[in-house]
Amino acid sequence: MTNNGFIQIAIYLGVLLLLVKPLGTYMARVYEGKSIGLDRVLGPLERLMYRLCGVRADQEMTWKSYAVALLIFNFAGLLAVYLLQRTQAMLPLNPAQMPAVSPDSSFNTAVSFATNTNWQGYGGESTMSYLTQMLGLTVQNFLSAATGMAVLVALIRGLARRSAQTIGNCWVDLTRSTLYILLPLSLVLAVVLVSQGVVQTFEPYHTVSLLQPAKDANGALVTEQTLAVGPAASQVAIKQLGTNGGGFFNVNSAHPLENPTPLSNFLEMLSILLIPAALCYTFGRMVGDTRQGWVVLAAMTIVLVGLLVPCVVLEQAGNPALKPLGVNQTALDTPPQLTQSGGNMQGKEVRFGIVNSAIWATATTAASNGSVNSMHDSYTPIGGLVPMWLIQLGEVILGGVGSGLYGMLAFVIIAVFIAGLMVGRTPEYLGKKIEAFEMKMASLAVLVPCTAVLVGTAVAVSLPQGASSIRDPGPHGFSEVLYAFSSAGNNNGSAFAGLSANTPFYNLALGLAMLVARYWTIIPVLAIAGSLAAKRTVPIGAGTLPTHTPLFVVLLIAVVVVVGALTFIPALALGPIVEHLMLPR
Amino acid sequence: MLQHIRASLMALLLFTVVTGVLYPLVVTCVAAAVFPTKATGSLLYRNGTPIGSSLIGQPFDDPKYFWGRPSATTPMPYNAAASSGSNLGPLNPALLDAVKAHVEALKRTDPDNPASIPVDLVTASGSGLDPHISPAAAEYQVRRVARMRSMTEDQVRAFVAAHTRGRQFGFLGEPCVNVLQLNLALDMRKP
Repeated sequence: MTNNGFIQIAIYLGVLLLLVKPLGTYMARVYEGKSIGLDRVLGPLERLMYRLCGVRADQEMTWKSYAVALLIFNFAGLLAVYLLQRTQAMLPLNPAQMPAVSPDSSFNTAVSFATNTNWQGYGGESTMSYLTQMLGLTVQNFLSAATGMAVLVALIRGLARRSAQTIGNCWVDLTRSTLYILLPLSLVLAVVLVSQGVVQTFEPYHTVSLLQPAKDANGALVTEQTLAVGPAASQVAIKQLGTNGGGFFNVNSAHPLENPTPLSNFLEMLSILLIPAALCYTFGRMVGDTRQGWVVLAAMTIVLVGLLVPCVVLEQAGNPALKPLGVNQTALDTPPQLTQSGGNMQGKEVRFGIVNSAIWATATTAASNGSVNSMHDSYTPIGGLVPMWLIQLGEVILGGVGSGLYGMLAFVIIAVFIAGLMVGRTPEYLGKKIEAFEMKMASLAVLVPCTAVLVGTAVAVSLPQGASSIRDPGPHGFSEVLYAFSSAGNNNGSAFAGLSANTPFYNLALGLAMLVARYWTIIPVLAIAGSLAAKRTVPIGAGTLPTHTPLFVVLLIAVVVVVGALTFIPALALGPIVEHLMLPR
Repeated sequence: MLQHIRASLMALLLFTVVTGVLYPLVVTCVAAAVFPTKATGSLLYRNGTPIGSSLIGQPFDDPKYFWGRPSATTPMPYNAAASSGSNLGPLNPALLDAVKAHVEALKRTDPDNPASIPVDLVTASGSGLDPHISPAAAEYQVRRVARMRSMTEDQVRAFVAAHTRGRQFGFLGEPCVNVLQLNLALDMRKP
């Protein structure tokens, strides 16, 4: 790795960690209903929304009521996105005259955006009208993110309260997440992105003349270039901040009009991990012991860095298969002329080079973001295994906004349970006894996504409808299917995009995987929240395992990694690992 | 239950107005007021007609021009209405064939160039629209362009240098050369 590579990684992680405490403190105040300054401006709007919805902000909900309200709200959003896509041809703001989207693709996209997955079976600039992008996709970017944050806050309340029947009001949590956290951050980020060249316009696509006319696939002369534009910046900002990841354009943040400069790239990468990291601190504050938040963040960060380094190193080493062709893949840094990032540049952009592509690939899969600035499908076998395995770990290495931390807290419950077995005591976490019900629910939350991934992949490669979409020969083709189900089954959304996934089979199968993975995590987590809230706290005794120590960081990492390894190494062996062994020496 | 349904529908409507209408409109208005050129696609004009965007590459295979990255968009390269990468795996024979074809095309137009070819010049970009090549990839082509345009290599190098951007703030990203703007400048040069 080059010196500049180390500097860029260090600055990225440094800025991220510096922002954890201020933003985490702010978010804790938002959820505790304290004064935050912004409520003086947006408070009237917040109260108007409660009044129009017939919601009493001080009326709290049981976990079941909370879950039912969230599910209905999510289903309504899903339905709205589906209908928008089916009717967009008849609606305004459609300058490129996009026809209605097919029913199976509309279903897949509606599920995908409601579940915070944002898998893209379609190409944005060649499928969606401006209206669908705004009213459908942008709105769900906010609301699916707010849903994840609401569930997390409910779980935190469950841990913090004692002998309580309720875990908060879901409408209040959704509204405050959106108005006071996601909206202001997105506004600022969107404007800064425009300053770098991200488009934000309602003008139709531009037509420009080519300097040198070209030939198309049929040999016909092409003299013009159509430039797709649109209201992209507003959508890009929230898709990064809300760990959504669905791009305005087909190639997502590799597109120069979605991510034009190294600075826009830095801010978009920072936004991927910003809220998930800061929520760890929010958690610590709300349970009254910030060390508990730092411990979880430390475990996440250690795994992130541990996987980032091999990804950068292997991509920088380049593709051994290109060596005999006389291609120079060495990193050169002798300005002005002899400078290149070198490495495996297939599917990567020159302005980002290897380092910024690999940081992004790692961050976007550690979080359940799934936006890309390079094509993961063209990564070296092990370079591509890193993002795939980060997804398979259950999206708990920072993970999605809210969902990452509530997923990690399920692993924490499993970790204290295992530790309890080792010392022969009833496991406790933050003063709450962890009993059979919590363990069952935590196991569900951890194992259901794993099942969706493995069963989905097995079915897809066994059926002709699944196998016929594979384009790459050999083990890489299997990797493409495994990646697709890993991505859908953990609500990530990135892809090994060589797989032709916009078919009825994949649209339905991946849609189902997304639904199962999202809601069969949310329901058990809310059940844990309700059950823990009702418990009394037990005093700390000699047999209590402290959960704020480096020892616990190690234990937590071990549980996450062992579950991820035992579940997925056999499948990975058939894909990227075999492919790695096939590389020419 | 009914109460939840009513609240859900109303909340969805209100959130749609706030995040789906007001928010994009506010960003669009601010963008149009403060960054009008950038907000609409950073277009380049010659004699009043738009001839490209400084952020979107164009296809070049004439030896008198600098060539950009190979593009995997369909049906023609650099199709800015349907961005796409190649998404070929590292061992896919189609990838190796494509790289070989680009290597041969470069060698054909400059047979006695002794340098090895910078990797970004023969591998498809992620977007298919990459406006840049690395300074090393530009340097590789300086000989050919100088010969085709009857210029000295140092004259061409001066043009390349004028269209090379270093790392942002000195450390962020990678140095890159804007191919379209470089070729436009070469064409504008008085012979």
